[in-house]
Amino acid sequence: MKNNIAIKVDNVTYFYNSSEQNVINDVLDCVTLSVEEGSFTAVLGHNGSGKSTLAKHMNALLLPKGGSVTAFGMDTRDEGLLIEIRRPVGMVFQNPDNQIVSNVVEEDVAFAPENLGIPTEEIRKRVDEALKMVGMYEFRQHAPHLLSGGQKQRVAIAGVLAMHPRCIVFDEPTAMLDPRGRADVLKIISMLKKRGVTVILITHHMDEAALSDRVVVMNDGKVVMDGGPREVFTHVEELRKLGLSVPDTTELIYELRCDGYKLPLSALGVEECADELAGYILGRQG
Amino acid sequence: MAAVLKDITLGQYFPGNTVVHRLDPRTKIIMVVFYIISLFSAKTYVSYCFMAIVLFTVIKLSKIPGKTLIKSVKPLVIFIGITGVLNMFYTPGQELLRFWIFKITKEGIIKGILMVSRIIMLVMGTFMLTYTTSPIMLTDGLESLLAPLKVIKVPVHELTMIMSIALRFVPTLIEETEKIMNAQKARGAEFDTGGLIAKAKALLPVLVPLFISAFRRADELAVAMESRCYHGGEGRTKLKRLKLMARDYGALCCGVLVMTTIFVLRSRGL
Repeated sequence: MKNNIAIKVDNVTYFYNSSEQNVINDVLDCVTLSVEEGSFTAVLGHNGSGKSTLAKHMNALLLPKGGSVTAFGMDTRDEGLLIEIRRPVGMVFQNPDNQIVSNVVEEDVAFAPENLGIPTEEIRKRVDEALKMVGMYEFRQHAPHLLSGGQKQRVAIAGVLAMHPRCIVFDEPTAMLDPRGRADVLKIISMLKKRGVTVILITHHMDEAALSDRVVVMNDGKVVMDGGPREVFTHVEELRKLGLSVPDTTELIYELRCDGYKLPLSALGVEECADELAGYILGRQG
Repeated sequence: MAAVLKDITLGQYFPGNTVVHRLDPRTKIIMVVFYIISLFSAKTYVSYCFMAIVLFTVIKLSKIPGKTLIKSVKPLVIFIGITGVLNMFYTPGQELLRFWIFKITKEGIIKGILMVSRIIMLVMGTFMLTYTTSPIMLTDGLESLLAPLKVIKVPVHELTMIMSIALRFVPTLIEETEKIMNAQKARGAEFDTGGLIAKAKALLPVLVPLFISAFRRADELAVAMESRCYHGGEGRTKLKRLKLMARDYGALCCGVLVMTTIFVLRSRGL
C-alpha cells in the first residue's frame, strides 16, 4: 500500500462501564482497521453493532480500553495532542440540531476556527469558503432553527469543513433527513471525496454504502466483512443473517438468480443493473 | 398553550442591517443601562413622554415591526395589569371613588398609568437589545464588558457561553414542547380544559420527556463541540472582532444626552 494511513485502529477493545452485576459487554471486540488517506469507507451494521462507538474513537472522543487508535500518526491516548488530533479529523453527527452552537449560520460555522485561534480575516475566508462548498452561502445570516433538516445538516458539515480537516467521519448523517436532504448530503460527501478528503461514513442505508470504495460490516463489536462494495454485497445471505439488507438493485438480481436467471451479483447501482438486464434480455432474443 | 409558547419572543433576534443593528453590542448594552436609569429617574409625564419619543426613535431606526414589540409585552399583560391596579388603589391622595374597603384616588390613577407605561417601555427597550443583536454578539459584548471580573476568578467566558447556548436552544425546545404536547393530545391528553391546577398537572407529563430530551441534547452538543476543538475560552479568536466605531461614540453621546436631559427634568420636578 503506497497511500498513507489516515486512521489506524489496532486491536481496539471498548466497553461501557455498567454497574449492573459486573457483566461486561464488549462494545468493540478486538477491532483492527486501517483507513487509507483519500479513501471513502462505509461502515455498516445494525443498531448496537458498535459502529458509532468505533467512530467516536477516531477523534479521541472515546479512548480505547485495549489496543490503540492512531490518527494521522498521533496516538489518541496522548492527552497533549488532543486538539492536534481533532483538528484533522472532523465529525458530523446524526441530529443536526444538536451540533449547531449559534443562532446565526455563519457564526456557527466560525465556531471551530475560533476555537483553533485562527486570525479573524482567515476565519472569514474559511467560513465563506465552507458555506459555498455546501451551497449554504446565501443563508449565512439565517437562524438555523428556521432551516430544513437537510439545510441544517449542510451547515453542520460546513462547520466541520471550516476546520480544514483531512478526514471527516460521518455518523449516520442522513438518518433524520428527508429524501431531498439526504441526496444533498450525499452529494457533498461525494464532492469531498473528489477533493481528496478521507471520508468514513457510518450508515445503515445500503445504497449509501454502495457509493464507497470500501465497505466494512460490523456485528457485535467485531468487523465481520471488509472489502469493495461489489464484493461485500454479493454475500446477500450473510448480510441478511446480520440483520442487514443489500441495495435494491442487488436484491433484484439476487431474486432473479434464485429463479434461475444467470445475472452477475456484482452489478451495483441502477445504471449497471439496467445494463445487465438489457444485455441479458437482448442476449436471449439474439 | 402551544400558541402561548410561540409568542415568547424573548431572546429572539431579527437580522437586519440598520444603524441599530450595526452598533457594537457593548454600546448597546451600555445604552440599555442608560435607558433603564433614565426610565427609573423619570418622575412626571413630561419625562415619560420624552422617554417614549426616545424609544420610538430607536424602534423606527431599527425597523423592527411594532407588532412584534407589542407581542413581546403580551405575556406580561397580567403582571402589568396587577401593578397598575395596585398603584391605583394604594396611592393616598384625592379620593374619587370609594366602595367597601377600596378607594381610588386621582394620584393613584396617574401613578398607575405611569407605572404601566414604565414597565411597557422597560420591556420594549430591553427587547430592542435582543431583537437587534445576535446572541453571539450579545454574549461577546457581555464577555468583553465583564472581562475585568476575570481578575477575581469569575468564569466570564463559561458564563457567557452557557448564556448563548441557552438562547440558541430556546426555539428548539419550544418546538420540542409542541411536539410532545401534540403527541399527548393525540392520545387524549387535555391541556386547555380545567382550572389552573388541572392545567398545571397536565403539563407535568410534558416536562418530564422535555427534560430527558434536553439532557440528551446537551450531551450530544457537548460531544459535537469537543469534536470541533472547543477547549474553553483560552486562545479563542473571533469571527467578528468587536471594535468601537464613530457611530458607537455618537450613540453613547446620545445616551448620555438623554440621561442628562432626564436628570435636568427631574431636578426641575418634572
